[in-house]
Amino acid sequence: MVMTKTLKFKNNEVIKKSDIPVVEFNEFMLMVSDTHYRVANLFINKEEEYRNNLYAVIADDKNAELHIVGTIVGNEYPSLTLRRPSVHMFEREIYENYGIRPAGHPFLKPVRVNDGYEFLKSDDLQSHEVAVGPVHAGIIEPGHFRFLCQGERVMHLEIQLGWQHRGVEKMLKKNPNIWLAESLCGDTTIGHSMTFARGLEALSGMKVCNRAQTIRKIALEMERMAIHIGDIGAIAGDIAYLMAANVLGVTRTLVINTLLEISGSRFGKGLMRIGGVNFDIDEELKGKVVSMLEEVDNRVTEMCDAMFANASVLSRLENTGMVSTKKAEEIGMVGPAARASGVIVDSRIYNDYKDFTPVSAKNGDVWARAYQRVLEIKQSKDLILEMLDELDGTLETPEIKKEYAPNSMCITLTEGWRGEIQHVITTDKSGAIEQYKIKDPSFHNWFGLALAVRNNQISDFPVCNKSFDLSYCGFDL
Amino acid sequence: MIILAMIIFPILKMILLLSLPFLFIGIINKVKAKFAGKQGASIFQPYFDFNRLMNKGEVISETATGIFRVAPVINLACLIVAAMLVTVIHFEGDFILFSYLLALGKFVSVVAAMDTGSSFEGMGASREVSYTSLIEPAFFIIISSICALNGVYSFASLAHLFWSNNDIMILIALATVGALFLIILIEGSRVPIDDPKTHLELTMIHEVMVLDNSGVDLAFIQYGSALKMMLFTTIITMTIAPLSFIGSVLVALAIAVLIGIIESLCARIRLTHIIEYTFTLIVAALIVMALVLLIMHGGHL
Repeated sequence: MVMTKTLKFKNNEVIKKSDIPVVEFNEFMLMVSDTHYRVANLFINKEEEYRNNLYAVIADDKNAELHIVGTIVGNEYPSLTLRRPSVHMFEREIYENYGIRPAGHPFLKPVRVNDGYEFLKSDDLQSHEVAVGPVHAGIIEPGHFRFLCQGERVMHLEIQLGWQHRGVEKMLKKNPNIWLAESLCGDTTIGHSMTFARGLEALSGMKVCNRAQTIRKIALEMERMAIHIGDIGAIAGDIAYLMAANVLGVTRTLVINTLLEISGSRFGKGLMRIGGVNFDIDEELKGKVVSMLEEVDNRVTEMCDAMFANASVLSRLENTGMVSTKKAEEIGMVGPAARASGVIVDSRIYNDYKDFTPVSAKNGDVWARAYQRVLEIKQSKDLILEMLDELDGTLETPEIKKEYAPNSMCITLTEGWRGEIQHVITTDKSGAIEQYKIKDPSFHNWFGLALAVRNNQISDFPVCNKSFDLSYCGFDL
Repeated sequence: MIILAMIIFPILKMILLLSLPFLFIGIINKVKAKFAGKQGASIFQPYFDFNRLMNKGEVISETATGIFRVAPVINLACLIVAAMLVTVIHFEGDFILFSYLLALGKFVSVVAAMDTGSSFEGMGASREVSYTSLIEPAFFIIISSICALNGVYSFASLAHLFWSNNDIMILIALATVGALFLIILIEGSRVPIDDPKTHLELTMIHEVMVLDNSGVDLAFIQYGSALKMMLFTTIITMTIAPLSFIGSVLVALAIAVLIGIIESLCARIRLTHIIEYTFTLIVAALIVMALVLLIMHGGHL
């Protein structure tokens, strides 16, 4: 089906709400269920308390085009999940937040509320349940995992989250401030704060100088490198391959310490500001970044060559936690996890990078998700070197404007290290922020993890989990 | 001189065996730290941890019964008696008692784990039993074959293996040492069977069984598992260095270092492959038996 009745828009473009075509529900359903395109977002925008506008952001990843289309729904509508499984999370979220019921939804369980939810049970006497969390050993965030096992084999996993829910979307609506966006999800500080800043800049019509834009992108790639290196190390740690766990742990520090030199924070807090960045990269810092990149590249290459040639490592990683391309596409996975399954989604194609082609490790198992990171680290290194060369002009810090375009909507996509980050900001007729909607990549990928561990050994769950490395607070918001 | 060799030496060995297990663990950890380029904790750190646990209070699950309380004590008692069997006292059939003392210790630990009613510990108990069940037959085949060769059914017969002029005897000794080393890795829950450092409950074998234990009980359990590794190390020293005191200490040290190196360089194997891995133990045992039969029927290499 050709997207004729939709509004084509560019990433980070301000669109008038009245320009978004509102179509009949049946037509909307056809567009959403067209598997040539990816449903990047599905959300409700309440107009004057009574009208429920259901918007779908549809991404045409092959041609790098974004479309938006809307329809009006009442308090109940036929579930779209039945035709397009990838929207199941969106519909559950809509039901939970607005009470609008997607009739016929096959798995309408809570997203972030946990009161009185009954987990799936089995009558089979041979199966047993293992409950993990929400309080875990070690310093990780709270989340409940309920395994339905037969002996050591996992038949089904349900992941229940919501313990970290802070109401970030509401807080950002009331008080759009960069510190909040930075701490939205601690390991994606740059990704989220950059998306946030770009959204508000677009709505208030601020121009951001080229230098600031490049610095932002450099920081984003550095964040990707740092976390990916740490993640490969953590995967190695989970399978007790201490060599890589230690070496990569140290290597990650090199990257984040350079980020510290740039912004004063190892995680890039305080770097972004609305209208640009707070810190410049001068010639001296540029040299440091370049030499750091060489050093990191050498170490990662050497360690990963050894790690991915070690038989005991490969025997643990290969064919563990498999997510096939078809399945990954069907449930709408994003980010490196999706690319490792051979689904090419990378929202960097919607941002201006010079000849950028996403990389893919294809296999879909834990090995692929680990190796995908190696590929992306190298790609990020090349991107940073390229962007450092482009760095020119002077850094401008314009006055922050607080008047936003009325009756508008701005959708900003950023490829954070974990995948596609999407912030949707809409304004009402007085120009005040009416809705702030955040979509973290974890929103899609937690379900991918649940599918990945099916028919695997329960003892392989930790390494599967680490290979996805999803966020609890990014999901819970 | 004879008194020294017959009485003082075994008693000294027994005292060392009971006091050194934590040092053994400390050395393994130090080797791992050095491999990682870290300074690492002091080799005496496990002793400090033991002391800390001994001074701590205990939290006991409401669903647990008396079995849970007595299990760590019974387990440790079994191990200490077993320690006597490999050092001070040798008699006909001591290795059978040794094996079943260990089995009794394991049995009470497993029952105590089931007693807590936690799904984690039940999982750990079933893993521990399935992965260590092959040790017992292998151990019996090896030791009884060697005993049959000597006509003395006791650990004491191990002493004559390495230092004979017979090539086949030396092969037997090598296979025995190899099998015993595998037993140390399995019983001690070390890499590549288990990862003693992990915090991931779902992957643990031994550690997940004792998640509910705390304070003195936990101290006993940790000492017990270290002692168990030392017991098998002692059996190895009995084979390699039966008479030299310094020799046995050096052999024990070498084993600790070797375990540290393996843990640094090797990833843990998948749980489903552990059974296959433990089969190498049976293979080693059968090799020993075959070689013994060869000698007994007057064969030569």
